[in-house]
Amino acid sequence: MTGNRIARVLVGLLFIALLATPLAIKRMSAGRDADRAKIDAKTALARHGFYLEEISHAAGINFVHRSPQLDSKLDPIMPEVASMGASVSIVDFDRDGWPDIYVTNSAIGSKNALYRNMHDGTFRDVGGELGVADVNQAGTGVSTGAVWGDFDNDGYEDLFLIKWGRPELFHNDRGHGFTRVTEQAGLPSWINANTAIWFDYDGDGLLDLFVGGYYSEDIDLWHLTTTRIMPDSFEYAKNGGRKYLFHNLGNGKFEDVSAKVGIESRRWALAAAAADLRGSGHPDLFVSNDYGVSELYFNDGKRFHEVGQQTGVGFAPKSGMNAAFGDILNQGRYAVYVSNISEDGILIQGNNLWVPKEGTAGDTIKYQNLARDFGVELGGWSFGAQFGDFNNDGTLDLYLTNGYISLDRNRSYWYDFSRVAGGNSTIIGDAKNWPAFEGRSLSGYQNKRVWLNDGAGKFVDVAQSVGATDRYDGRAVALVDLWNRGVLDVVVANQNGPLLLYKNTVAPENQWIEFELEGTASNRSAIGAQVILFWNGQQQVQEVSGGSGFAAQNDRRLHFGLGRKPHIEKAIIRWPSGKVQTIDQPAAGQLHKIKEAA
Amino acid sequence: MSQTSLPVLPPPRTPVQPKPLFRIDSRYIAPAFITCILLAGHLSFGILESYQKTLLAIVTSIAFELVLGRIFFHKWLHPASAYITGISVGILVRSPAFWPYALCSAISITSKYVLRVKGRHLWNPSNFGISLMLLLAPETVASLSIQWGNFLWPMLIIWALGSVIIWRLRRFHITGIYVVSFVAFAFLRSWMTGSPWQSEIAPITGPMYQLFIFFMITDPKTTVRSKRGQCLVVFLVALLEMVLRLRQVVYAPFYALFIVGPFAMLLEIWLDSRRPHPAKQTVAQ
Repeated sequence: MTGNRIARVLVGLLFIALLATPLAIKRMSAGRDADRAKIDAKTALARHGFYLEEISHAAGINFVHRSPQLDSKLDPIMPEVASMGASVSIVDFDRDGWPDIYVTNSAIGSKNALYRNMHDGTFRDVGGELGVADVNQAGTGVSTGAVWGDFDNDGYEDLFLIKWGRPELFHNDRGHGFTRVTEQAGLPSWINANTAIWFDYDGDGLLDLFVGGYYSEDIDLWHLTTTRIMPDSFEYAKNGGRKYLFHNLGNGKFEDVSAKVGIESRRWALAAAAADLRGSGHPDLFVSNDYGVSELYFNDGKRFHEVGQQTGVGFAPKSGMNAAFGDILNQGRYAVYVSNISEDGILIQGNNLWVPKEGTAGDTIKYQNLARDFGVELGGWSFGAQFGDFNNDGTLDLYLTNGYISLDRNRSYWYDFSRVAGGNSTIIGDAKNWPAFEGRSLSGYQNKRVWLNDGAGKFVDVAQSVGATDRYDGRAVALVDLWNRGVLDVVVANQNGPLLLYKNTVAPENQWIEFELEGTASNRSAIGAQVILFWNGQQQVQEVSGGSGFAAQNDRRLHFGLGRKPHIEKAIIRWPSGKVQTIDQPAAGQLHKIKEAA
Repeated sequence: MSQTSLPVLPPPRTPVQPKPLFRIDSRYIAPAFITCILLAGHLSFGILESYQKTLLAIVTSIAFELVLGRIFFHKWLHPASAYITGISVGILVRSPAFWPYALCSAISITSKYVLRVKGRHLWNPSNFGISLMLLLAPETVASLSIQWGNFLWPMLIIWALGSVIIWRLRRFHITGIYVVSFVAFAFLRSWMTGSPWQSEIAPITGPMYQLFIFFMITDPKTTVRSKRGQCLVVFLVALLEMVLRLRQVVYAPFYALFIVGPFAMLLEIWLDSRRPHPAKQTVAQ
């Protein structure tokens, strides 16, 4: 055999090896997945330090979300256009020290629910008797989310109801009932929104309200005059709903200052969250948009400046559906998690984990997407996600729910979706051009993700191992220590599905500490207050949130896992007012109730 | 798209023609065109999530071309065609991972050297590579579909530029026949399935098709030689694509070309072998 012939044979073998490479990689990946197979609770506790048990029925919760039925002109694609509305928010509305749960429903005539924590492991729906259940009446639209904040600083959390329709503001009457104050507050008569957050953008001690529109606000989805309501591009759309920033005037009224302060986007907002990302003392605003790039607004206390491209988070357009902050490397800096769409072989956007670049900070901060490096990139058709320390090992983990439309398991809408989504704007923008769904699924029945953080830059999915095994069309995730046990439980709202309560059991050797903050000069909910905890030579920052994730709000109480034998040096609290308070050596295993020092 | 996606212009036959002030080597026309598309797409829409992935695809493609060219033909081949393959892979492959870009380029280039009959390679290299990646690694790889926005003007620019170049290279009939066939079949599918005709037309208004119709199906190295044959083949590609679309295959055009292209090439090679040749042809690269 000549040298040339040998070389050709070798090239042939190389070609076969190249073709076999994807199969080999798939096999290796399957091997890793097998390691994450279902295991019993005892093994999960030993291996991962915690396990989750779905106990909604035992806890007296039998809530099932129902999607809206919109104008019949949208019937062919109703599953798609009516695919959101399930939400969950955590609030201690009666200040009894036990977190309660508020969930939204989205069919006309359906009822929202406010589950009062009965302190015995069960909940009772008191939404009807307190006046916050029957809020989806014909002509007023339906609920898509809810956020709680004490806008009048009376000590009781008030409710802003996000809707496709007439937004509602309810004043909390000292935990005994709610009074609708929408008109007095001066809110618009109609917004088609999926996200809103409470935050005090100007530091005046009064909570302001950001609302992100999705469909344009001049559309009544139940009485359409046109079918041209869809995005004019799958990734560059700017024909969505407008954004509102309502400045709290302190007399029960709000003033729309969005244009005045520089927020004028018409992208299709799906999630928003605010945190002081630069240490400026002012909360910055992150907005995840469907059909486009995310937006990051730096806040100088008076005006907002959109810096998405400047910081790196606003260049590659995707389908943003989540905004959550987490100090995942215990460096005192937030990463931002944005969920997107990944479907094998069709559309692999990948989720974004925006991590601050080394050496950048303040106004020149830059972010890089490290989702792939950290292992949190692929989560199917991802929706709500939240950071929290599920096993109390001292690092923030990540819970992600997903799944878009679960109908016929054997027939997919993806082919039709992909050909229209790639088409010209005149085609994609008109609902009548979209092929009928006809009972097909679109990224349905998906496995959830519970990514455990090893603290060194790697997350591992343990969802199946630890018991997060549902396959509903997940939307919202909220984290809360429901029974004051020092662990984070998980509440998941599913579209057209049940509300799930995952009760967490954590290995007892891992310690924890919690903080409940109350503002005095700052807003009383303490939204925007940061706690920086220093222990065992490391630090972690967390911030009280007025809404994060997708259509969700975590408990206002901040939960820190500490690992084994922690030595806590101090906790520094940075209040929205600018005051700084230091708690030396706070004890582990306790909830610390801290009032802002005078 | 191929390493030879656009045909090379023949040299001028009459030496007495006036010397132009500026002449571009015809081997650079296609690379220049596709580079313009890439830059325009990225600077206006950010189609590339990272330059590194595209660079990886290009470097891998050129490296394989140089090494394999050396092994098979004992010379260093001009990198222009490998550059086009690499940049095509960089545009059309969508993956959060890096390895698919390198692997797809490697498969594409190697296929040219391994899958040959009578000195001719059968598959358009990047069509071969991308089709196989979509089939073998769907959990990691997708193809460009929506990342160029859905607006008219970028499409019109690509259409105008592409048409001029393709016309000048005397292959516009291939693109034209395909587009007419696609549109006719789109209406037929709409009539058969009851889908809105707009949804059937929609794919050809997207970016993936602009690259497909200007680069892949016009590749002279992997299309038959006669003009009539080219028209027939591209019509058959559109026909098979329609069949695949009725089966709801997302990447129907890639797979249709993947199947029809080599069949046509083999048929032509077989027919050539039955004809008497005045002189034995040298093996083409």
